[in-house]
Amino acid sequence: MYLSVLDSRQSLFCSSVSFEQIGILHKRFKQLSHNEDTLRRDDLNTIPDLSCNPIRTQIIEAFFDKRNFHQNGEGTVQEISFEEFLVVMSHFRPPALDMTEEQREIIRREKLRFLFNMHDTDNDGTITLEEYRHVVEELLSRSGALGKETAKGIADAAMLEVASISMGHMEPDEFYEGITFEHFLKILKDIEIETRMNIRFLNMDTTNLCK
Amino acid sequence: GTDTLSLVSLCSPTVVELNHNLTSVIPESALLIIIGWILGGIIYGADKMQTFTLTPTVFFFYLLPQVILDAGYFMPNKLFFSNMGAILVYAVIGTCWNAATVGLGLWGCWLGGAMGDIDIGLLQFLLFGSLIAAVDPVAVIAVFEEVHVNEVLFIMVFGESLLNDGVTVVLFNVFDAFVSLGGAEIDAVEIIKGIISFFVVAFGGSLVGIIFALLISLLTRCTKNIQIIEPGFIFILGYLSYLTAEMLSLSAILSIVFCGICCQKYINANMDERSVTTVRYVMKVLANGSETIIFVFLGISAIDPAVWVWNTGFILLTLLFIFVFRFIGVFLLTWILNKYRLVPLEFIDQVVMSYGGLRGAVAYGLVAMLDENKFKEKNLMVSTTLIVVYFTVMLQGITMKPLVTWLKVKRAAVTELTLAEKIQNRTFDHMLVAIEDISGQIGHNYMRDKWHNFEERWLCWFLMKPSARKSRDYIFNIFHQLNLKDAMSYVKEGERRGSLAFVRNETKADVDFNKKFRASFSEIMPDIMADNMGPDHVPLSSILQDIVPSVCLDMHEQDLTMRESEDFNAHHLLQQHLYRGRKQHRHRYSRSHLETNRDENEVQEIFQRTMRSRLESFKSAKMGVAPAKKIQTKHQKKDKPQKMPNGNSSDKSKNHPYGDKDFEFSEGDCGSGGEAAGDLFPMRAYRVEAGIVNPAFMAEMDPMDNMQQIPHVALLPQTLNSFDT
Repeated sequence: MYLSVLDSRQSLFCSSVSFEQIGILHKRFKQLSHNEDTLRRDDLNTIPDLSCNPIRTQIIEAFFDKRNFHQNGEGTVQEISFEEFLVVMSHFRPPALDMTEEQREIIRREKLRFLFNMHDTDNDGTITLEEYRHVVEELLSRSGALGKETAKGIADAAMLEVASISMGHMEPDEFYEGITFEHFLKILKDIEIETRMNIRFLNMDTTNLCK
Repeated sequence: GTDTLSLVSLCSPTVVELNHNLTSVIPESALLIIIGWILGGIIYGADKMQTFTLTPTVFFFYLLPQVILDAGYFMPNKLFFSNMGAILVYAVIGTCWNAATVGLGLWGCWLGGAMGDIDIGLLQFLLFGSLIAAVDPVAVIAVFEEVHVNEVLFIMVFGESLLNDGVTVVLFNVFDAFVSLGGAEIDAVEIIKGIISFFVVAFGGSLVGIIFALLISLLTRCTKNIQIIEPGFIFILGYLSYLTAEMLSLSAILSIVFCGICCQKYINANMDERSVTTVRYVMKVLANGSETIIFVFLGISAIDPAVWVWNTGFILLTLLFIFVFRFIGVFLLTWILNKYRLVPLEFIDQVVMSYGGLRGAVAYGLVAMLDENKFKEKNLMVSTTLIVVYFTVMLQGITMKPLVTWLKVKRAAVTELTLAEKIQNRTFDHMLVAIEDISGQIGHNYMRDKWHNFEERWLCWFLMKPSARKSRDYIFNIFHQLNLKDAMSYVKEGERRGSLAFVRNETKADVDFNKKFRASFSEIMPDIMADNMGPDHVPLSSILQDIVPSVCLDMHEQDLTMRESEDFNAHHLLQQHLYRGRKQHRHRYSRSHLETNRDENEVQEIFQRTMRSRLESFKSAKMGVAPAKKIQTKHQKKDKPQKMPNGNSSDKSKNHPYGDKDFEFSEGDCGSGGEAAGDLFPMRAYRVEAGIVNPAFMAEMDPMDNMQQIPHVALLPQTLNSFDT
């Protein structure tokens, strides 16, 4: 089981996921899927701690989104194997300390791509206003009815901001389609995502598997 | 005597402020010490003896508490607690290391004869080491004030300087007791007692602080009807926490720090806006004043030949050891810490951290407390301490900024985060928690989230006023700010456009401000409408009048009532919490600059953005009104207060279409009463469907509701005037 994962994803895992962690995640996978080979949405929905998380739907969807499997697929699936589970989890590995600038950049793009995919639900390459509104709504979903109004206002303002940053001064009859991936990168370039979007446990004991 | 001197020394900052170029090179603290020398020289010359010194009692009971309370109250909690582990390591282990190495090093050199013949022993060296080892919060703030390093670095040094008091107090008392006992009586039991006393002192002190924080929060929850004395309570109870801990022989500094840290959120939420402002300003005044007096007295205390004992070996070796061992200690500890941190501390940050280990008045206060009979070489220690303080504060203080620039240390982010970034940050937090939940691991984020939930459910319910609880959500606050800015931009636009722009009849979207809302507003916020003085000593009502009456929009009756209740609540809440949302990401701690809502860039950016889009969406072939070109306005903020009464005076920049006239109405425009508004200002209507090009910005009714609210005065002048091309 582990070997096949390693073979096909060697480049992905070479950097910093250790054997032990794969073992830990495998155990968890089995636990969530009730000892089956595939995981379904409902299995993730039943995690009790997740229920109070405002964006849980988006996160769960991310696990079943083929774009995150690094196989150039599109659309969603109903169930995932451990391999795919691991691939999605690997988005949260931190960069190893000895990485070059280019490698860091690659990892950055990968993580940002994950985020982008989470927001761009119809996979047209841009985050439109509707999609962005949805994102903000989810964030505020714990605030009840007032949340919807608020979300619209904020999403609108944020969109405007992005437009002004990405496109500069717009002519009166220009139309801002939506946030493309490049714009997304540009807006978030100051957030050091490679250091922020990590899970600590993946940082333990980084033994390099490929050398 | 002492009082006059204090007053005189308080005037010195003004002298110093006069030349900002000077203070950017030499930190204010250094200049104050120099002033202290001068003053000390004058006094000595007059009295032939030094009548004024910084006595430990005055220092520890009257000067230090407010500085530390200020530090705790303005502490950026999130940053502090997320780096708590590292801070504790540096504070506890680092300080112990410094104390031990300096003490033992000096002892070794004394044994080797480098210091000549002085009446001193190992224990005394250790005691001296422990009091000179601690990094001083007052000095750190004073020096890092000018140098804006990145927030993680700052919080490390600052946090360490605050928390090491627990260690310092314990070590000092333990070694003091040992010296009294004499070397022979010390055995393992005593040492173990010492170690236990550390835990008692540190945790006990923190606990006292937390209890007082709870007390203060509960108190502010109940003071709705006696708002005027709320600020007083904060200071009294804060000071009480210090005294209580001192009385129980626990760490007083830890107590007052944790009191400030824990209560800030709740009292800011519970108290009235003006009380919060009062507390903030008074806190800064007291802290600044204390710091000034401390440094001046540190200077004065030096001009006293009676205390000076010069021993080249002792002094030079002390300087060398504290410097070198600080570097070694920091690098060692950081090397260990980096194995466990997600974001490792870089080499350059470590250098700055080591270099920023400044000693200050706390060390002096402690050394002055020594008993001459037990410590024959007390004067030597006092002299050495003074020299160490001068060396660190002045030399290291002056060279800190060039060093930071030369090493290209990462500086504090000056720009506010964009909205998208803020939203993404939120998303990250939730996402990381979710992933940790899914993977079944208990990680950093999981604990943080659990604490957050606990705090929201129980603590906030217990400690916060019900009305304060409603609008706490961070993103909710963003929304309100946006609406506020929107509202103001509408008003401004309306003024600029003159009578043509907003004419519109179909849906009768006209709200008569004066008639309807002035009245109802008075009920809801009677205190605002009354003749209060705004921050610039201009009557609030006149400012509000200037802004409010220009817009006359009627709404459908039913829409109005429906929105009214909800929005009034929302807007009242907004009014209450205007400071909050914006300040969420300001981690810069500054002694002399209160962070008010003056971020020109942000306000300007959003304004221009809003303006541009609104203008674009209002362009219409029917109207034949061309969209405005870029809006040009440049104002001096300071001019605003003077301009208020007479609208057109002292306007430096003449080439603005927007000019002062729009907002700072001359008496003729605004008139003294509401009745003028109807005549002078035409009805401004609100166009829903005219030529909207940018769907990202649907003109909705909602933002117009916000016209009904009265923007908070503090926000207003800057917002309206900080408009730049």
